[in-house]
Amino acid sequence: MALTALAPAGAGSSGAAPERRRGGLIALALLTPGLAYLALFFLVPFISLLMTSFGINVPDQYGVFDYGFRWENYVDVIAAYWPQFLRSFWFALLATVFALLIGYPIAYYIGVRIRERTLLRNLLLVLVIAPFFISFLLRTLAWKQILSDEGPVVSVLHFIGLMGPQDHITGTAFSVVFGLTYNFIPFMTLPLFATLDRLDKRLLEAGSDLYASPRQTFFRITLPLSLPGIVSGTLLTFIPATGDYVNASQSFLGSSSTAMIGNVIQSKFLITVNYPQAAALSILLMAVIVVIVSVYVRRSGTDDLL
Amino acid sequence: MNAATDFGAAGADLELRGIRKEFPGFTAIEELDLVIPAGSFFALLGPSGCGKTTTLRLVAGLEQPSAGQVLIGGKDVTSLAPHKRPVNTVFQSYALFPHMTVIENVAFGLKRRKVADATAKAHEALRLVELDHVADRRPTQLSGGQQQRVALARAVVNRPALLLLDEPLGALDLKLRRQMQVELKSIQSEVGLTFLHVTHDQEEAMTMADTVAVMNKGRIEQLGSPQELYERPRTGFVATFLGQSNLVPGTVESEANGMLTVRTAGGVVLVPVDRSVVRSGRITVGVRPEKLMLHAAEPARDGDHNVLGPGRITDVSFTGVSTQYLVEIPGVGTISVFSQNLVYGAVFSEGDEVWIAGQREHTFGLEADARDAVADPDLAPDPVTAGEAA
Repeated sequence: MALTALAPAGAGSSGAAPERRRGGLIALALLTPGLAYLALFFLVPFISLLMTSFGINVPDQYGVFDYGFRWENYVDVIAAYWPQFLRSFWFALLATVFALLIGYPIAYYIGVRIRERTLLRNLLLVLVIAPFFISFLLRTLAWKQILSDEGPVVSVLHFIGLMGPQDHITGTAFSVVFGLTYNFIPFMTLPLFATLDRLDKRLLEAGSDLYASPRQTFFRITLPLSLPGIVSGTLLTFIPATGDYVNASQSFLGSSSTAMIGNVIQSKFLITVNYPQAAALSILLMAVIVVIVSVYVRRSGTDDLL
Repeated sequence: MNAATDFGAAGADLELRGIRKEFPGFTAIEELDLVIPAGSFFALLGPSGCGKTTTLRLVAGLEQPSAGQVLIGGKDVTSLAPHKRPVNTVFQSYALFPHMTVIENVAFGLKRRKVADATAKAHEALRLVELDHVADRRPTQLSGGQQQRVALARAVVNRPALLLLDEPLGALDLKLRRQMQVELKSIQSEVGLTFLHVTHDQEEAMTMADTVAVMNKGRIEQLGSPQELYERPRTGFVATFLGQSNLVPGTVESEANGMLTVRTAGGVVLVPVDRSVVRSGRITVGVRPEKLMLHAAEPARDGDHNVLGPGRITDVSFTGVSTQYLVEIPGVGTISVFSQNLVYGAVFSEGDEVWIAGQREHTFGLEADARDAVADPDLAPDPVTAGEAA
């Protein structure tokens, strides 16, 4: 995004005519705060992180490292933490798919079905955003209570015999994916709503006029036209879910067997203070996400719609 | 039911029986009975809000009537879903699918019905509208006129029993609209489909349709050929919505030799009985502006002409082909006269005293209250176009 924002400024300032140069200067002036912010709080930390990832730990000194070029850091962390890596992407993928399956009908209902009923529409939109009024840590903790061994869900399942006495919900992959899904549903629903709300209903009428059944109309017209919303919704869910360390942490819905890469990075940075390894993991995560996202966006053919 | 079996090379009859359509808060269609014979080009003409688009949507199945039946080719389709009706629509907004290429748009209906060689047939339809060369483009890359033709091809390619056109030319500029009118008409005669065309443009309806139904306030006011509607309007609304009309109040004094003698404030006029909807009592006498002549001196009130006057010219506007005069006649009101510019410039000028004369067989008689039912001037076509159309 930063790159596309820069482009017009560069083109404008290189213009020969004074008029255009002035326009370019204004654009540059408008962009300066944002660029300065990005440089200070994104570029500088990123370079620092990159340098740290090649750092060399000083033996016997807790949390101290020298700058260097120890690329083996990357080999080490991949060798040690590839299961957590895979688990992160697997959980994030599951959560994204579930959030899409839950969020799409909600967004469709609000944005298409009851578009004209403004009051109900706005009410439901507020309900979609309502969870944001409470910190997501609290909400995740609340789910921990609900799903805990003493909580109502487990009691009922024990009672009707669907769960054995040794079975738990919290600390399992299920509860982590459940928590991720729950936490990211609004991030999925809102972009979907924004796209579906703009969907021209006359196209749906044209579809039915051209012999498409409601089902065909949905899959041939509604779904392809809501692709930009699906792409942005899935990105807004998948990217943060991959790096999430709350839901999978032992204090919340996870256990040691459900640790995601975010939990590893957190403990490397804050508990074992192995900065080079933590940084290498972070850079690796970022790189893999960038690759996955660019392939995804290219494949979905929506790079011009984003 | 298999929709594909309903498709034929030729169109089918459309019949609307006792249709009524209510929306929350208002009634769009009061009562509608209509038969459109197969192969005809039928226009529903009326101002916005008269119920014409609702009628079209009822036929397409996009709305359900509150009462009544829709029959296509003698078969009751009232409760049939839109995608099962042998009907295609050219939408006002074109409604082309933006995520598909032109050829995909045109082949869409064929593919849903699993017609063999869908793409080849779609190319053929594109050739019909002379757009085969843009087959692989997206609709958004086309001009308005091209999009309109793609929308037409997308509908026509299905060879529907009935083709519905919802003001499809509304978004085009005048020149393109004329061109498309001719094209549509030739496509209709070429493929022999039944066309139901909805428009608020009286000129468009008259140029293209075999039969025009003028709709107002949810009802059909009058139905007939364009000539018939124009020459012999039966209501004040039709007389003023289709072109312009001068409406003069009067009282029928007697009837003789197929003529009604009517006393008006501007003199006695004679109206053919067969051109009048009333035969006694109060009446509204109507005549088209272009059927009138101005005279500087009072012409003899005999022969086959009606004479009104004297009056005074209050306005002269030169429109090129003709000059429009407004003549104020005491007790009658303002009469509009279109005079062909056979000589250079305006012959009369503002303030001149004039008499108005017109042939008796050009007058028509309407109900006394016809003047209250005139088309809303804001919705009526502008006088210049109306004059040209005449």
